Amino acid sequence: MREFQAVEDKIHVSINSDQDIVTARQKGRSLAAAVGFSSGDATLIATAISELARNIVTYAKSGEIQLTVINGSARQGIQLVAYDEGPGIPDIPQALRDGFSTSGSLGLGLPGVKRLMDEFEIVSAETSGTTVTAKKWRP
Amino acid sequence: MEVPLLKQGDFLIATIQAALTDADLLQFRAALVQQVVRFRSQGVIVDVTSLDVMDSFASRTLREVAQMIRLRGAETVIVGIQPDVAFAMVQLGLKLEDVTTALDLEEGLAYLSRRSTSSA
Repeated sequence: MREFQAVEDKIHVSINSDQDIVTARQKGRSLAAAVGFSSGDATLIATAISELARNIVTYAKSGEIQLTVINGSARQGIQLVAYDEGPGIPDIPQALRDGFSTSGSLGLGLPGVKRLMDEFEIVSAETSGTTVTAKKWRP
Repeated sequence: MEVPLLKQGDFLIATIQAALTDADLLQFRAALVQQVVRFRSQGVIVDVTSLDVMDSFASRTLREVAQMIRLRGAETVIVGIQPDVAFAMVQLGLKLEDVTTALDLEEGLAYLSRRSTSSA
């Protein structure tokens, strides 16, 4: 457990610009490595952070990425929360379908992130913004 | 952060660094296309060996670079996609579609040389 205590287990990154996207994914990769994820899994986590942070910059202009070390009954993982108070997603099932986008991008963001992570939940309302929570467990 | 561009004969070699922002990538795209025109390059290698995350924006920008350069009559080869990065790209559903890829710089240069010899 001593090794684990050395890990800063909760990180907040304010997302306001494309530079913050890079910062968030670098912090995510370091945290994943500190928790003991393989470099392959750390890449999946960093890529998921990059996609979610970009959605914040593109759709909401500003928001926050929270990275937390989580403890399950027998394993550790990372929880990734992308939070914004932007316009919200009117039709979540549609946004989770491959190929859908409202900004002319590839439209693979959310379904792709869902595949990169083990657990994925999205809460969004047109007046209160969007919160995406995703978890990845160490195998 | 600027992407270094190296001219080698008829080819241009661009080396992407790990921590490029979206703005850096767009600036790179503009600079690369400009240099291809300036040097009348026949081929371009984009070396992504040190890129640790290839998200949807980066892969879309690289695809656009290759399309623009093809319209100039030149060929682009993306080299050095790391195995972890390739795995994440597949999971994310990203495709480089008809952009040529090669294992490393050497293979990429060999491909471009074969191509320019056969079309000469």
